[in-house]
Amino acid sequence: MNAKQKILAAIRRQSPARPSLPSLDEAWIEYPDAQAQFAAALASVGGQVVEAASFADLPAVIAQLPPMEQAAKIVCTVPGLPLGNCVLDEVADPHELADVDVAIVAGRFAVAENGAVWVEAGRLRHRAVCFICQHLVLVVPQSQVLHNMHQAYQRLTFTEPAYGVFISGPSKTADIEQSLVIGAHGARSLTVAMVAGWEGV
Amino acid sequence: MSNELIVTDHAKAAAEFVRDDARAHWHDQALWFVRVKRDRMAQSLPEWETLRAKAAEIKAHTVGHLADYLEQFERQATALGAKVHWAADAAEHNRIVLDILQRHGVRQVAKSKSMLTEECHLNPFLERHGITVVDTDLGEWIVQLRGEPPSHIVLPAIHIKKEEVGELFHRKLGTEAGASDPKYLTEAARYKLRQVFLESQAGITGVNFAIAETGGLVVCTNEGNADLGVSLPKLHIACMGIEKLIPRAADLGVFLRLLARSATGQPITTYSSHFHGPAPGGELHIVLVDNGRSSILGNDDYRRSLHCIRCGACMNTCPVYRRSGGHSYGATVPGPIGSILNPARDPGRYATLPYACSLCASCTDVCPVKINLHEQLLTWRRDLAAAGKLSWSKRAAMKVTAAVFARPGLYRLAGKVARFCLRHMPRVLLYGPWNPWGRQRELPQAPRRSFREQYARRPKP
Repeated sequence: MNAKQKILAAIRRQSPARPSLPSLDEAWIEYPDAQAQFAAALASVGGQVVEAASFADLPAVIAQLPPMEQAAKIVCTVPGLPLGNCVLDEVADPHELADVDVAIVAGRFAVAENGAVWVEAGRLRHRAVCFICQHLVLVVPQSQVLHNMHQAYQRLTFTEPAYGVFISGPSKTADIEQSLVIGAHGARSLTVAMVAGWEGV
Repeated sequence: MSNELIVTDHAKAAAEFVRDDARAHWHDQALWFVRVKRDRMAQSLPEWETLRAKAAEIKAHTVGHLADYLEQFERQATALGAKVHWAADAAEHNRIVLDILQRHGVRQVAKSKSMLTEECHLNPFLERHGITVVDTDLGEWIVQLRGEPPSHIVLPAIHIKKEEVGELFHRKLGTEAGASDPKYLTEAARYKLRQVFLESQAGITGVNFAIAETGGLVVCTNEGNADLGVSLPKLHIACMGIEKLIPRAADLGVFLRLLARSATGQPITTYSSHFHGPAPGGELHIVLVDNGRSSILGNDDYRRSLHCIRCGACMNTCPVYRRSGGHSYGATVPGPIGSILNPARDPGRYATLPYACSLCASCTDVCPVKINLHEQLLTWRRDLAAAGKLSWSKRAAMKVTAAVFARPGLYRLAGKVARFCLRHMPRVLLYGPWNPWGRQRELPQAPRRSFREQYARRPKP
């Protein structure tokens, strides 16, 4: 018998109770102002929200961010946003991204309860860019702020090979004496740019 | 610590830990701080108890249908292009991982946190075969550099002071002598580990949740080390115990809401990464490991211990863990949940662990998946006694106690003698080495009369 047969047989020999799967249809938390709650949740984990009144205003809003001032290498994967100077699709090997200062990436939606943004790497040639960059800017439609994680999973389907990630704040650690340090391995700062009147990518 | 022949004597190891009184208090407070953060998060959600109940129901359902879900998971993951491997025990797991690495000519691996690979002692095995493994979670890297195991499943270096980290980094990385600022030290680690990420030919991760319905994996980190470790090289190996399965992607809504809030008092981890199939042009290998889990599944008393999502909340709240340190358990998973899982694997070696417990039930109160931890710990004491795994002194004490309790006259006499001794015996005798109860505490003041005598003399209505 191979390991698979051995394990499955060992499990099937046992006969634990077989209760049914519960419904997740409950009155989960909703906030009076989901956008304000999202901004507060993100601030509590070390990130910040900036707002753009329209997609046309977005370049100016992002250009004003402190990480952009010194940035030499910028990757921008948001279509129609002319802020990058390194085209991800032209990078052959993700190791070449080691010196990216700022990455600007689209998020599909945001979650108010925990300050998280859902980012899909389906369109990204190298998902490493979200983690190896020094500073990360996520661009999210202002209309796409959900209240809680249950609403988030109602939006998500996983039928194709794909990578997606909830990102909530900058990379952090508290592994030395429980002192919070921002900027462990990933991005040192996270800015979420909320864009009004934009439907996303 | 990882020597398989050592029998854990928790009380003895704990006595060693508390000898440094200031340090023991510091450790206690560091963990209590995390527990308080957890409480704040739990109280911020009106549906907290509903979430716990749902999580427990989902896990009970999954464990009841585990074989079916494992097969479904394998089908779906394979359809997405991942390769699924099965390992009955730790040795088989290690061989599978080594084989994959050797076939790809890997010399160095960036590994993110995985308690399963700790349980299987993967690092020393790979090192013996000439493969360098770097633990990239900062806490895990610190303990790896010190050559010791983690003392906590979520906070691996919680027992180490920043001055000690500074000294370690000074020796190993050449940071400034005497520097102990966590920000400075973390920056030094960031610099060094970035090189590791860029140099490694493979990434190994643990798995927080595997979804049967979709064949996907979810890995949660705060540092971003799992994602950096697997998004630069072409090869990703994910190692998981078979109990990590959940049926539906929607169930993640429940578990991701509970996990980080329970673990560290965060609303969610910084990165919750969902892997469905390999990256374009890459390979994803998933190793499903039993290593004793299927036999726990057959036991009505301990089955619910398989619900554990490894948040560590039971450790942070446990008065014994906080005051004795994770290493005193001599096991990969310490604390209340470890004191249930380890005896299941090796009752002889871990017989003292279910006694590292005051039965206060705080662990059960905080457990996000509602494992009845304190009840299982009590049940273990019954089972260990029945299996003859208790020490001679404990067995003798139990015999005497049982004999006294069975004879009311003898019981009353024993009470009288004890009260008399407490009042009249000289301190030097009362607190002699024969009385472990007097070792770290003052004995209670003895009342003149027992409750029974007071009750008999009560004013009659």
